[in-house]
Amino acid sequence: MNGRRSFLRGFFVVLLSGGAIEGVLKLFPSKALAKEVARTGKWYGFGVSVDKCIGCARCMAACKNENNVPREPFFFRTWVERYITRKNGTTTVRTIEPNAEPSTETASDKSILRSFFVPKLCNQCASPPCVQVCPVGATFQTKDGVVLVNEKTCIGCRYCIQACPYGARYLHPVTRTADKCTFCYHRISHGLLPACVEVCPTQARIFGDLNAAASPMSRFLRMNKIHVLKPGLNTEPKVYYANLDGEVR
Amino acid sequence: MGKLFERFPDPLARLIVVVFALAVVGVIVVFGLIPKSMMDVDAQWASAVKREEARPIKFAGFHACAECHDKLYETKKKGYHRDLSCETCHGPAKAHTEDPDKVKPDIPAQRAFCPQCHAYDPSRPRGFPQINPVAHNPLKACASCHNPHDPKPPTTPKECSACHGEIARMKAVSHHVQLECTTCHDAPQQHKVSPRAVKPTKPQTREFCGKCHRKDAKDKMAKNAPKIDLAEHGEKYVCWQCHYPHSPEVEQ
Repeated sequence: MNGRRSFLRGFFVVLLSGGAIEGVLKLFPSKALAKEVARTGKWYGFGVSVDKCIGCARCMAACKNENNVPREPFFFRTWVERYITRKNGTTTVRTIEPNAEPSTETASDKSILRSFFVPKLCNQCASPPCVQVCPVGATFQTKDGVVLVNEKTCIGCRYCIQACPYGARYLHPVTRTADKCTFCYHRISHGLLPACVEVCPTQARIFGDLNAAASPMSRFLRMNKIHVLKPGLNTEPKVYYANLDGEVR
Repeated sequence: MGKLFERFPDPLARLIVVVFALAVVGVIVVFGLIPKSMMDVDAQWASAVKREEARPIKFAGFHACAECHDKLYETKKKGYHRDLSCETCHGPAKAHTEDPDKVKPDIPAQRAFCPQCHAYDPSRPRGFPQINPVAHNPLKACASCHNPHDPKPPTTPKECSACHGEIARMKAVSHHVQLECTTCHDAPQQHKVSPRAVKPTKPQTREFCGKCHRKDAKDKMAKNAPKIDLAEHGEKYVCWQCHYPHSPEVEQ
């Protein structure tokens, strides 16, 4: 009887003191908590209407021009993929080439069920795997939600290139550092649109502040059914897709 | 102190000296030699953001173009190219805004340029204006018929296939090749002027397709058409909700 009573007394004391410690801790908000609520300023996002993309590759050319991306056709900050789904259920994906003659390979192919273009770029994830793995803290998220690479401290270990589930990063052959889409940070910080959004002839690309009440971006999010790429990875991408086919990864 | 030291065995005393010396060196390296900026990650990030913001801009944005080329801008705003940025075709023009006389943006006149968007490609969304560059007035510059700032077909096309090329090509190799577009669609004259405001009709009844495809169809064209019993076959739906009439499926 006595044993049980003293056990219960001790149990409640521990319980209460635990609560008290947590209360004291709450008086000093941790850094992680502060980050959660800091989304009151600008918080940039990107919209892609898949059904509007005509695969003209002007975005790819403009991005290379604006950001000095190497001309070789395997370095991209943004690229456009052509999806071809056949009647037997197989899907092939190939990145289109800028300034190439329009392909007619699919014109007379009877086995094709459907085909379309999907523009891709860095998803500027809200919880980015590339930032987690960087051993020197060279890649980081700005206050407005853009993931940048600090060229001065990047050691070119390619860890982030491996970690990115969207294949958005590449090693710049000149600087030997990781490079990727910055939402054209030098443009958006001066009130301009990213270069790819600027040149897109069909408004398939939309850019804006997700916190803005009325903007092309918030209208896009309100009026469309929105998907993100690989939602199961919990990377919380900020590139939103409208009319996305289920085959797109 | 000396006495305390003597109480340790000799090797241990030496070890203590070495460890102490290493600790001192470590403190000097960490606090003295390594620059502060190298350890302050927040400052590094702030400077990286500054560097990123200071990168040169190459595309000026369409607002900058409108400041001088206001007339062209107004023309373009009313045409089908209203959503296009000037720099989509003319290329990056920031340098031109800074020195308008010396630096001139591109004027893409070669025939290969427009088909980058307007050549037929089955992956392109339906309804986007597309041509076959090989067959469409070969060797003629696009701008000789179409004004790129207000693109229109030079004459209102007579054929439906001028705009609905994809459907026409599809129908041409299908079993409905003999049917005119007007057999099934009523296209008001106004549709050619404002195609989106006035739309052609679609057959709204099952009996319409039944004229050829019902069991006891008498139509001359329907001699070899597959026949079904309208009462039993998919009673709830209009035919084109399951079958695509421009390319009806063929059971072999």
